[in-house]
Amino acid sequence: MPPTEVRELTFAQAVKEAIAEEMRRDATVCIFGEDVAEAGTPFKVLSGLVEEFGTKRVIDTPISEAGFTGLAVGAAMTGLRPIVDIMFGDFITLTMDQMVNQAAKVHYMSGGKWNVPMVMRTTLGATRRSGAQHSQSLHAWFSHVPGLKVVLPSTPYDAKGLLKSAIRDRNPVVFFEDKMMYKLRGPVPEEEYLIPLGVADVKRVGSDISLVATSSMVQVALAAADLLQEIGISAEVIDPRTTWPLDEKTLIESAKKTSRAIVIDEGYGRYGVTAELASVISEGAFYSLDGPVIRMGAMHVPIPFSPPLEDATVPTDKTVFEVARKLCGRS
Amino acid sequence: MTATTGTSKIHPALDTKLLLHMYHQMASIRAFEEQVNELYTHALMPGLAHSYAGQEAVAVGICAALTRDDYITSTHRGHGHCLAKGASLDRMFAELLGKEAGYCKGKGGSMHIADPDTGNLGANAIVGGSLGIATGAAFSSKYLDLGRVAVCFFGDGALAQGLLYEELNLAELWKLPVLYICENNLYTEYTHYSETTAGDILHRATAFGVHAESVNGQNVREVYAVASRLVERARKGGGPAFLLCETYRYGGHHVGDINRTYYRSKQEEHLWLTERDPILNFAGQLIAEQVTDAAGLQEIESSVKAEMAKAVEFALNAPYPSPEKAEEDVYAAN
Repeated sequence: MPPTEVRELTFAQAVKEAIAEEMRRDATVCIFGEDVAEAGTPFKVLSGLVEEFGTKRVIDTPISEAGFTGLAVGAAMTGLRPIVDIMFGDFITLTMDQMVNQAAKVHYMSGGKWNVPMVMRTTLGATRRSGAQHSQSLHAWFSHVPGLKVVLPSTPYDAKGLLKSAIRDRNPVVFFEDKMMYKLRGPVPEEEYLIPLGVADVKRVGSDISLVATSSMVQVALAAADLLQEIGISAEVIDPRTTWPLDEKTLIESAKKTSRAIVIDEGYGRYGVTAELASVISEGAFYSLDGPVIRMGAMHVPIPFSPPLEDATVPTDKTVFEVARKLCGRS
Repeated sequence: MTATTGTSKIHPALDTKLLLHMYHQMASIRAFEEQVNELYTHALMPGLAHSYAGQEAVAVGICAALTRDDYITSTHRGHGHCLAKGASLDRMFAELLGKEAGYCKGKGGSMHIADPDTGNLGANAIVGGSLGIATGAAFSSKYLDLGRVAVCFFGDGALAQGLLYEELNLAELWKLPVLYICENNLYTEYTHYSETTAGDILHRATAFGVHAESVNGQNVREVYAVASRLVERARKGGGPAFLLCETYRYGGHHVGDINRTYYRSKQEEHLWLTERDPILNFAGQLIAEQVTDAAGLQEIESSVKAEMAKAVEFALNAPYPSPEKAEEDVYAAN
């Protein structure tokens, strides 16, 4: 947990600060993407970066996601530490061959001789009224592939510490940022820190039920925990922070302690991240559980545009509260 | 653009040494592929392999124009590229047989030979899959001021991949030292390229402002001459180039593709084998120009044969990796 009495940054500022610090520290770090330089991305996450580091290192690309992602794979193999910015997570479809068949496999196929130290930053999350092709949470796809690491920060503090570790990692890392969270404020200390990949964080300690939540759903789970507290249910909120490497131990121990677990993730439930996390908990804590591990994810539909429709597709503090209450045997 | 003709402007003393080196490499690649076929037909090799026989002049002519530090990316039909860039026969065979001593500890196989020591970024089994990697290596070279050139080998099949056009655009925009070497062996698997390729191939590169040429891919001296010029141009900051090499694949798509008459005639194969063979024709030239004589070439052939036998023996006797190695090398240690 972050120390108290520290300055606050937004999630977007924390992301930018992590990149800027690593670029100052290591001249081989560079960033590619659509409108990353003068525009600072449409979300303004990178504003000011090009002014400090110039266009040699902050590089606007054509709208060629496969092209510049593939280029980054080759650059990573030959001495650079590129960051590629994929504006919307929905566009990772265009990079799939480069990430899945190239980046993820280069180290293994070469018998461990070539490395791909690159980071792909992209977004997830619905409710921005952006329609079916700008709203998906597709991090399960990359989590499925050996050779990739997948990071899902849920606070400004985590975003900065995890991104710095991702940039220093010698493997391809995909870093998903919840686009609705860019303005979220939180404590971020001035002094340098790193958060290792593969270590879950207990966001709230509790004793009656474990809410295992990722990325955008961590805030939802924390709000649900507040509602549960009001009716006397103590919820523990666990944030895995990375889907791979996965801190299975922390998830299992929490479920053993509370004997109940709900897994909440904004990706699709079917064959998704929730299925994997629920399975890990079921296998590891089976004899301590009082009921089935429940999964909550996005409704299995393309994300609709109309606000009441879109809002119905994702878990909320109230839906999580209701499911938790039932699991705890309360009416 | 027309095909480049004429020979190199190499110093005569260097010329002889280089010419014989290139002959040795071409003979070696041909013998390697014949040996691969033997291993396959005797059920000594797991899986399949894609023979480079017939295309030797391309890999050898291009790689002769490169330094050891320059980068290449290769394809599923990549044995020739790897050998021409300096790979050793024994570790190549060991990889094809899935042995621990192979270039990739047996984890890559025929289609994924990679070797940092010779600048080989890896052979790729996705058609056109390495276009980004080669372009990225050229980006690094420029960013870090290394003076290296990256060469991307690909076949006519990759002309149908959209990634090629994204990379041509990026490479020209950023003036990257990368050469796109398109080997048109006339067949995209089992289909003649004319059935899959609209328009003029060179225009696909020149549309992006990328310098483009074509060359007779069966003539190693012509390939070497144009490659030397394009490598030099790229090294000096002149940017990318696209080279179309007209060549021919002697065998099938892979070693198991034996009956090919439904997609090409035996007469066509015979014509290329007898009249356009890059090794036979080169041998004739070397003798006619008194670079060497029949005995000199015979000596090279004998040494290739001996090297091949030794390398195959090494690979056949080498141990397999133990099964627990399957989980190693998924992630690099930090």
